[in-house]
Formats: sequence, C-alpha cells, structure tokens
Amino acid sequence: MTSDRRVRVPRSPSPSEVGFALGEETQDPGTEAGSGLSRRSFIVGAAATLGTGAVLAACGGDSDETEAGGAAEGGGDLGEVTFGSNYSDEKPKEALAAAVATTGLDVAINTVDHNTYQENFNTYVQQPDDIMAWFAGYRMRAFASRGVVGDISDVWSDQLSGMSEGFKSASTGLDGSQYFVPFYFYAWGIHYRKSLFEENGYEIPTTWDDFKALCDTMQADGLVPLCAANDGGWPQMGMFDMINLRVNGYDYHVSLMGGNEDWTSPEVKEVFAKWNEILPYYQPDANGRTWQDAANALGDKSAGMYLLGNFVTSNFDGDTQQDIIDDIDFFLFPEINSEHGQDAIEAPIDGFMMAASPANEAGAKALLGGMGQPAAADAYIGVDPSVVAAVSGADTGSYNALQNKAAELVGGSKFIAQFLDRDTDPDFAANVVGKAIADFLADPGSIDSVLATVEEQKSTYTFE
Amino acid sequence: MKPPRLTPARVLLQGFLITVAVAWLLPVATAVYSSFRYYEADTQVNGVFSLPTALTLDNYRDAWAVGEMSKTFGNTAFIVLPALFFTLLLASVVAYACTRYSWRFNIAFLILFTAGNLMPQQVLFQPLFQMLKRTPWPDLLSDTDTGSLLGTKIAVILIHVAFQIGFCTFVLANYMKTIPTELSEAAAIDGASVPRQFFSVILPLTRPALAALGTLEFTWLYNDFFWGAVLLNQGNERPITSSIAVLNGQYATDFNLIAAASIVIALPTLIVYLALQRHFIAGLTLGSTKG
Amino acid sequence: MATRLPAAKRRGAARKKLSLNRSDRIWLVAMVAFPAALHLLLVWIPALLTVVLSFTKWNNLDPFSAIEYVATENYRIIFTIFDTNLFPAMFNNFVLVIWLTICSAIGMLLAYLLDKEVAGSRIYQSIYYFPVVLSLAVVGFIWRSTMFSRDRGLLNMVWPGEPIDWVGDGQKLFEFSLPFLDFPLGLSRNFAALLVAMAWRHIGYIMVMYLAGLKAVDNSLKEAAAIDGCNEWQSFRQVIFPSLKPINVIVIVITVIEALRAYDIVAALNEPRGTEVLGTLVTNALLGEGAGRVGVGSAYGVVLLVLCIGFIIWYVADHYRKTA
Repeated sequence: MTSDRRVRVPRSPSPSEVGFALGEETQDPGTEAGSGLSRRSFIVGAAATLGTGAVLAACGGDSDETEAGGAAEGGGDLGEVTFGSNYSDEKPKEALAAAVATTGLDVAINTVDHNTYQENFNTYVQQPDDIMAWFAGYRMRAFASRGVVGDISDVWSDQLSGMSEGFKSASTGLDGSQYFVPFYFYAWGIHYRKSLFEENGYEIPTTWDDFKALCDTMQADGLVPLCAANDGGWPQMGMFDMINLRVNGYDYHVSLMGGNEDWTSPEVKEVFAKWNEILPYYQPDANGRTWQDAANALGDKSAGMYLLGNFVTSNFDGDTQQDIIDDIDFFLFPEINSEHGQDAIEAPIDGFMMAASPANEAGAKALLGGMGQPAAADAYIGVDPSVVAAVSGADTGSYNALQNKAAELVGGSKFIAQFLDRDTDPDFAANVVGKAIADFLADPGSIDSVLATVEEQKSTYTFE
Repeated sequence: MKPPRLTPARVLLQGFLITVAVAWLLPVATAVYSSFRYYEADTQVNGVFSLPTALTLDNYRDAWAVGEMSKTFGNTAFIVLPALFFTLLLASVVAYACTRYSWRFNIAFLILFTAGNLMPQQVLFQPLFQMLKRTPWPDLLSDTDTGSLLGTKIAVILIHVAFQIGFCTFVLANYMKTIPTELSEAAAIDGASVPRQFFSVILPLTRPALAALGTLEFTWLYNDFFWGAVLLNQGNERPITSSIAVLNGQYATDFNLIAAASIVIALPTLIVYLALQRHFIAGLTLGSTKG
Repeated sequence: MATRLPAAKRRGAARKKLSLNRSDRIWLVAMVAFPAALHLLLVWIPALLTVVLSFTKWNNLDPFSAIEYVATENYRIIFTIFDTNLFPAMFNNFVLVIWLTICSAIGMLLAYLLDKEVAGSRIYQSIYYFPVVLSLAVVGFIWRSTMFSRDRGLLNMVWPGEPIDWVGDGQKLFEFSLPFLDFPLGLSRNFAALLVAMAWRHIGYIMVMYLAGLKAVDNSLKEAAAIDGCNEWQSFRQVIFPSLKPINVIVIVITVIEALRAYDIVAALNEPRGTEVLGTLVTNALLGEGAGRVGVGSAYGVVLLVLCIGFIIWYVADHYRKTA
C-alpha cells in the first residue's frame, strides 16, 4: 500500500452525480426525491444551475470579511468538534486549518494521509469523527443511502445561503435530504504551456480534426503531443470520460455510469475508436507512468498537451518553478460530435459530511455551516490557490489565471460531470473499468473482448 | 580467524560476493544519495543519477516534521514493545507446555498455532473488524474515546500477539525440545513448581532463541502497515509506517523527502539487527541439529 | 539427532505428567488455554467466519440482519465471471512459488559461501540481509522510483534497447492455454520485473536462516568431510545438506507461504494491470471503498485460504509427526 495509489482521490467530485442518483430509469421518479421533475430535466436543470452558481462565484464580490467575524463569535460554548481530514499535503493541511479557524469553533482536526483515508473510508465511516472530508456525487450517496452519514438538511436551510441549486443537488441523497457541504471544485481540461504555443504559433483546437492536426504538427516539430500517465489506474479515466462526453453526450455518460447501458454497444465502441485515433500521439507506455512524471514533460516542454485536473500545477515548486506554473493554461476538450459540441466538463467537488450520530451534533452542524461560508473558502484559497470555491460570494479577486479560467469554463458549461470513479460504484470503476482501460492501452486491438468482459462483470454489481 | 590463503577460488568468491553486494545496495544507495539532494530544483530536473547541485539535510528535517515522526515513533513504540513482550512470553509458555509435558493434544495445539500464523491476514479482516467494533471498551488506555476496541492500540497489540504467537511457538517448540529433559526432571525432584521450572530453568536456556525471535519479530511488527492502517482511524494514533504515506502526498510527491523518511524509518530495525546480529544467527539455530 | 527424544525419555516425560500435583496441572492448563483462546478468537474464528461470509451477500455497512445466503453464487462469480482476474492471479502465485524456491536455493548458496572463513563475511551478511529490515512501503517505493521508472529509472539507463515500461507493461513473455479457459495465461513483463524486487528481499531472509542452520552443523562433520577428500560439492551434498534438514522445513514453509500470500510489494508495483496475485484480489475486494462486496471478497479469500492452509496442514503435521 505504498507509494502509488496516491492520487486516487483528487479527481473526483461532481455535481452531475445528483442527476444520476436521482435519475435511475428504474426508480419511481416521484418517490423519495419528492420532486415532480423528470429525471432528465432534473439533471439538466441541476447542471445548468450549478453553472450559474459558479459564474456567480467567479464574479462575486469581496464582501464577506464581516461574516467571518460573525461566524467566529458564534463558536463559544459548543464544545470540541472532531474533524476527520484527508487534507494531508502540506499546503492543503495548512489551508484547511485556516478555513476551520474562521468558524471560531473548538475543532480537533484528525488528519490521515489522503490515500489511506480514501482506501479505508468504508471502515472509517463506521467509527467516524463528527464531520469528515469526502466527495460529492455517487460516492457520497453510496454512504448516505446506507444511513452511515448524517442528514444535514437543516444546515442547508438555516446556514447555507450562498450555494447554488447545482451544488445543493450535488449534496442531496436519494431521499431528497442533504448530506454534504461542498467546499471547492477544480476542472479537468487540456493543459498546455502558453509560451510554447506562442513560440510555435499553435492555435487552441476546438474540433477533433483541429486537435489531431495540431498533434501532427507537434509531432513534426519534434514534440510529444500528449502527456500520458496511467499509474494508479485513474488518469486515463479522464480521457475516457471526455471522449464519451463529446461523442455520446452527458446523459449517456450518466446512464452508462449508472449501469444502464451496454458496454459492448456501438456508442462505447465509438469512444474507443476515437481514442485509438489519438493513441499515436501519446507518450509511449502510459500504463506505468505516474501523472507527476508525465507532468515533467510539460515542465521541460518536451510534450505539448496534457489532459488532467488543474492540480497538474502542483507538480511544480512554487519557489523555483513559479514561471512554469504561471505559464500553464488549459482549454476545453475539443468537439467531436456537433450534437454535443463542448457542452460538458469534468469538475470534481470536494466537501464534508457529518457522522450519522456525532458525539457533538450541535458543534458538527455549526462547523459544517461555517465551512460553507465565503470566509472559510477565502481562508482556504488564500493558502492553497489551486481550487475554486463552491460558495457564491467567495473572494475571487485574488484568483490566479488558472482559477479564473476554471471558474469561467465550468460556469459556461451546460453539463458538469464529476469523474468516472466518482460517478459510479468505485469498485466497479477501479477493478473493472480501470482494468479495461489499461488493457486497451496495452493492446488497442483487443477492445472487443475487453468490453465484453466489462459488460459481463458489470452484471455482478448493484448500482445505486 | 586466520587470514585465508589467497587462491584463485577465493578471489573469484570475493568477486562474486562483492558483485552481489553492490547489486543489493544499489537501490538503497540511490535512496540515500537522493535524500541529501533538493528535489524540485535538482533531482526532478537533472534526474536521479546525476551530480548534485547542492547537498542538504533539509529533507531529513522536513521528513521528521511533516511526517510527524516524533509522534508516530511514539505510537509504534507503544504498539511494538508490549506486543513483542507478550508474544514472546505467551509463545514460550505454550511451547513449554506442549514440548516438556506429554498430553493428548499437544501436537494438535502446535499445529493449530503454526498454521494460524501462516494465514493471509487480509482474509481475517472483515470479521475481526466487526468483532472489534462490537466489543465495548472503556476509554482508559487510549488517547481517543472510541467506545469500542476498534481504533485503539490495544486492538492492534492483541492481533499482533494472537497472530505472531504462531510462528514463535513453532520456533520455540523446536528449540525447547533440544533442552535435555533431565534438567527439568531434576528441578521437579527438588520440588520446583511448574511455573518455577519454566522461569528459572527453561526460560534462561531459551534465551538465544528468544533473542533471535525478538529481532525478527521486532522487524515484522515495526514494519507492519496493514493493521495499523485499517484499525487506527485516528491520525494521531498511527504508527511510524504511516509517516511515509503522509509524505507521499496527494499532489506533490517529493521523491527525496520520502527517501529521507525511508532511511529514518529503517534505522531502528537496522540498529536492532546490527546490535543483535551475533545472537540473531545463533538463536535462529532453532535447536535444529545441536545435540 | 537431538530433536528426537529417545522413546524411553518420552515415556519418562509421560510418567512425569502423572505425578503432577493439582496446582501444577492448573498452571499447565492455563499456560495453554489463555494463548490458545486468544489465538482461536482472533485468528481461527475470523477465518471461519470469512468462509461463512463467502456463501452470503452482504454490504458491510448494512446490519447483520441484511446478510443474505446465496449458496455458491460468489464462487460462480469469481470462477466464471471474474475468471480473467482469478486465474491469472493464481498463475502468478504459482510462478512466485517456483521463483521464491529458486531464490531460497540462492539464499542457501550465499549462506554456504559466507559460512566459510571469508574475509568480510559479517559485512556481506549485513548487506544481503538489509532489505529484510526495510518496510515494504519503503521497498516498493525505492524499486518503483529508482529502478523501474520508465523515464528515469536505472534499469532503462543500462537497458540497450528502447526504454521499457517495467511497471505498466503487461506484455506476455510467454503464453499457454488451458482447456477450460477461453483466454491464455502467461508471465507478463512487469510481473517478471516485480520478481526481481521480490528476490532482493527474499534471498537475504533465507540466507540468514541457513546461516543459522550452518552454524549449528558440527564443525567436526565438516572437517571430517574435508579429510575424507570430498570435493566441495560432495561435502555439501552428502554432509552439509542432510544436516540442514530441520531448517529446510522452515524455509520451505516460509517460501511457499510468502509466495501464496504475497501482497505488499505487488500492491506497491501493481497498478494498473498484469501483476495481480490472490493477495491483491482479496485486499481490493475486502478492504477499500469497494468493501461492500463482502461475499465476493470472502470467496477470493477462501480460495487463498484453502491453498495456504492445505499446504500448511499437510506440511506442519508431517513435520510434527516426524519430530514427535
């Protein structure tokens, strides 16, 4: 269990999940969710409003210092609240502490390293702290529906005024109650070096053909067009998601992740056919490479583009490599099918849940409410400026170019997906789909039998 | 030891041994070398196998601080030392009772213990977890109030002891069989009780085996990552092995920092081995062939 | 040989038992009962419960009342639907058994060489043993980052051809088919690379075991063999090796068990493909976020358990029967 399972988690949150949770075809639409919305329209609505929220966040003001003060007064006599955190990297840890401080509560933060936390979450949640860090979407609902995390609908109604409907949906369980407080999100896109594009006169491609043409040009210029990592099994899930979203659209993504589509269908095969077209532009041997090693090729400009989350910049040292960080920008995955254009993006959301029966319930709810305020988000982002605040009203004035871009692109997207392993059963994602993707990368010709295996194994999973 | 003659065979032998030694040290030497260099500014740019731009001890300082090693070392000591003590004590007791006295099921018991130790630990996890979770436990001896045995160091110690008794019993039983029965018979005739025979006659004679087992078990318990990680959900209860996991970050992975941590973490086991090397080899004779 | 007590002595011991007084008997019972209870409760009972769970369907976040009996369904799932996981993993375990046996032989050879009066023997011993004291987290990290890394590892620096992805390249070095499987089995390149890291750790461990054994071989035996004019091989074959028999028992058990339950290094170098062993399948299924599939995970566990225990019982029972 060492080194290499590392980043499993960072990628995953997603607003879209909501849609998918509520949206099983098999589920009686009216029942617990309590809304008359049809599944599809609900998803679209949720995604669209999240978009708006993010835009608002991006444009929002620097209004909230006073509220921070207010929150701080509230603390007082609620007693100690315990807080399970996976913010174990140096910066996020410090940033989280700063955010918690804005609530004025007496909080004991229990930090466990990111990978262990995630891998053991299933057991941890059976003996949890009062509140705990987790991800939105399917991954939250899987626990909410089993009653092992607490209903915090009253926190939403009483304390969280700055969250858009989209984020609220992403925090809602199958029963229509809220179980999650979103904290921040980040975007997945194609990252590149601005200076490299300028020097060589490259244009940002918006269509699949332009994209491939650019890859050809880069190859002719002696560059590796696409950085490629797959160590840990998750990085290439992003590529699958993006091609699937572009070829088949967001609704299909939701349905596929929900276990309702056939993996041997022409739709899925088309995804791999398109993928196969760009494999020649990959760094060779993606399967064994860590995302950090791949990022180094972006750092030394030996490669041109890299589909990854915004966290790619964290591979570079803020003291000695700030020039590289400032030089990194990203763009939306190009259009493949004009029916869907570039209407979807992946933007995982991280946030917090409450224990089913916390030792200090009043304190836990106060803390959750406090963490959902702009002051907490501002404090966090002041230390770790690699993510975008979920709450509207957070101070966006200090955002760097990449944060602004993420807020802008997410805000402008019609649909927002989380990530493959946050949008479906995590075991199915890692042990079935992840394996299939690795097999495909090793031998693209075997895709038919690989997909047949996925479809067969899918039958043994129960999707929420 | 008289200096050996220099023959072609000996030169060949030395050549072979040195080659193997170099191959053996290479991965570790690389880690040691890296631990003295800067990562982003040096290794990441110039590669692992390059001349350093500068040497530094910063990695050690940072690894100690970020990995919270003063805390995790303490936790490990609280787990490993009691576990080691009780494992050796209980195993020697069982080995004593099963080898020095003849009774109906003693062989069956030895088989039970030995086989138990060889089970894959992950297979036991789910039922053990449920059992611990449902065992109420007062919060006297742990820093964290969990209400049950789950999440306490005591749970980890118990499992280590239960599991490791197997191997130790196997080794100690083999060893004790070689101790002449006349010794305990003489003691018995003198009227020594069973515990007295055990503590004052047999146990002292078993010391070499205990030293060897102590070394081996210390290494195993110290390096355990599995139980510490799955049973101790509170970050401040975690053992030293979790310090590496902490350093192996979600985003940034500083190779050199982890290398430094790896070396610090390896030191106690290395020191124990070097200090006890002589006893280690001697004790492991397991009573096999001496007679 | 001293491990076998003469029959007369054993009878003496048996008689002795009869003369034990009451408090001695209580002591003896307690001496066995307490450790045995602990061991049974925390090792054997959980193992048996896992066997029981393998016939059920259960999400471990649900109450016990939700446990549902499904007969052999989980075994059907792992043997027919996840056969592409199970059989390659079993084959890899099989390769490991053979490989670690070879490594044990190398360990014996090193011990034999170092047991002679070799200059620097102590130092060599320490160096070869060194990997054993490292935690597996460290071993996995070191190998992956310094040796196997495709872009900056040492192996590719000395490798003459195109760089190889030692960690991720699941290309098969050889393949064969089994009549009941519709896919071939084989040894993948990244598993072969992993074997090197396993050897690095295993050889030193076994070497120390044999060093201990050799120290116990009577020097007069060795000298007698030399005087008899045995050459090196003959004296090893006819004098040394037979006297190492008790150590061989332990080494064989250790080797086979380590090979069957291998987990840590494999997990450190495993993802994403090609190197599954039973240990990683069990862990992925029983722990981690996917732990909701307790039944399926337990079924994997039982397969591993049966392989281990079958071997253990047979071998250990044999050992105790002979020495008793």
